[in-house]
Amino acid sequence: MPAIIQLEDYCRTYRNGSLEVHAVRGVSLAIHAGEFVAVMGASGSGKSTMMNTIGCLDRPTSGRYLLDGVDVGALNRDELADLRNRKLGFVFQGFNLLARTSALENVELPILYCRPAVPVREQVRRALAALELVGLSDRADHYPNQLSGGQQQRVAIARALVNEPRVLLADEPTGNLDSRTSIEVMGVFQALNDRGITVVMVTHELDIASFAKRKVVMRDGLIRTDEPVSHRLHAPEALAKLEAEQKSVHLD
Amino acid sequence: MLAILKTALRAIRRNILRSFLTMLGIIVGIAAVIVGVSMGTGAKAEVDKQIASMGNNLLIVFSGNMSRGGVRGGFGMQPSLTERDYEALRREVSGVVGVSPEVRTTVHVAAGNQNSSVGVWGVSADFAEIRSWRFQSGENFTEVDVRTANKVCVIGKTTAATLFGEGADPVGQIIRIKNAPFTVVGWLAAKGANAFGQDQDDVILMPYTSAMKRLSGDTKFRAFSLATESAEVMGDVTNQIATLLRQLHQITPDKEDDFSIRSQQEMSDFANANNRIMTILIGAFAGISLVVGGIGIMNIMLVSVTERTREIGTRLAVGARARDVLRQFLTEAVLLSVVGGALGIAAGYWLAPLLTKFAGFPTLISNASVVLAFSVSAVIGIVFGFFPALKAANLDPIDALRYE
Repeated sequence: MPAIIQLEDYCRTYRNGSLEVHAVRGVSLAIHAGEFVAVMGASGSGKSTMMNTIGCLDRPTSGRYLLDGVDVGALNRDELADLRNRKLGFVFQGFNLLARTSALENVELPILYCRPAVPVREQVRRALAALELVGLSDRADHYPNQLSGGQQQRVAIARALVNEPRVLLADEPTGNLDSRTSIEVMGVFQALNDRGITVVMVTHELDIASFAKRKVVMRDGLIRTDEPVSHRLHAPEALAKLEAEQKSVHLD
Repeated sequence: MLAILKTALRAIRRNILRSFLTMLGIIVGIAAVIVGVSMGTGAKAEVDKQIASMGNNLLIVFSGNMSRGGVRGGFGMQPSLTERDYEALRREVSGVVGVSPEVRTTVHVAAGNQNSSVGVWGVSADFAEIRSWRFQSGENFTEVDVRTANKVCVIGKTTAATLFGEGADPVGQIIRIKNAPFTVVGWLAAKGANAFGQDQDDVILMPYTSAMKRLSGDTKFRAFSLATESAEVMGDVTNQIATLLRQLHQITPDKEDDFSIRSQQEMSDFANANNRIMTILIGAFAGISLVVGGIGIMNIMLVSVTERTREIGTRLAVGARARDVLRQFLTEAVLLSVVGGALGIAAGYWLAPLLTKFAGFPTLISNASVVLAFSVSAVIGIVFGFFPALKAANLDPIDALRYE
């Protein structure tokens, strides 16, 4: 089976005046359908650069990147935008929801840029279905400032899912969340992954990476380790454990 | 498209005060356009009405050459038009429905114990018809009255009111002009002020023969009034008159006319020249205001693009193309300026009648000026919104997403 994401000797070099910065210096990576990959690494390791390329926000300086069999390096700006729209869903650290815009309208955002255009009735139906998937269908008319951080991130996940993408890309999705809501969000990711959605997630927290199935560690623009997660955490159990710990703290 | 409009409306509502202040330049500019143009068209309509009240298809022949800046005496100051010219015009010019000579003098008029100083016009029996005078009561004097220099006259509304009291019918009364008794045979209907602001109703019309022999002693005319059969023949009639008068006055080809022929259109143009200057001036100020307003919109749109960089990044990430972002911000700018334009038009509709009421300017808001103002505001939005929108559309998605 061909990989959904296939990087072949991928390099990315930035030019800063006369200085060349080699952010990624030759990475080959294949991610198949149904995987849940955590990309780890210190800042400057090249993981964000690689995620930008995987997310079709950027193109490789050399090497190849095939997304679902399409060579991304050969596409222009508009074609990249269409690819992001149809095949990728983004979840950001800072949620990036539009303020003063209801959860439902936030989720509808990617549908607005579909070609051909989707009828309004269908837009609403799909956005509601996506909110249902993350358990927020009762908050459809809430504004972001009326939602908790965890709820906002779930709205953002619903937005990422609404066009039924091939891959869900998450950049530090728990970076702005406390440990409890982080586990809840991981629970959502695991549930979606169980339904067959491919997830690629950047994180620097080891325990968050343990919710994934596969762990890729980067350093100095290269992949250092690429292995299955040995002691995989499951969100419901982790949540129960956390609650028990918190209870014991209270009892003391 | 609906979603774009919704987002644009939301962005404008987000900071209503800022949006309103941004629009203010456009509002002022468009209101100035509406009011300015309404003053121009109002004044023109007024002038046209007054010119039309002078008669239909009217040609006036003045003695003296006016095209030379009045150096040669101007407005009939050096009368050169004679009885012989009059007879020749009547006989030989075709396409004319009426000709009247014109002498004027100001005289002292008395009736009963009332008296007044009034302008007397000595004219032919055709004159009332040529100049579209209607009769309130009585009738015009006749050809016979003209031939016999009869002591009859018709009097205007204002003169009648002065001499006999408001609303009293003067027909059949005797008035004394320079101590000679004249019988009033007709009472003219009111015409109002002329294009130059004079009251046309303070007037006495009488046979030119009577005026020349009994009152002024003039032997020449200051002007002829002619009515042509139609507007189309005016040019031809003008040429006939010029040729005939040059012949009669024995003017050699190297000399200039000692008379001037003016059509109603020319008189209207003359009277409207000032209005046009006023309209152009107001238009220039309005234009400057609109440019300033446009720059205001550009400024605030640039601020908006910077403020919403992360939003733009998010939109690009979920699949918006550059042109989607461009359209988004362009719509917002156009909406700002068009709403400003609409408010400006409303302000214009509110201000123009006030101007008429308190400053006495005639105003008339034409549909064309409203359409023009609205289009101009839309164009301003497109022109001044384009640069900020382009800036937004060309943002790099990665940089935009990371923008703090």
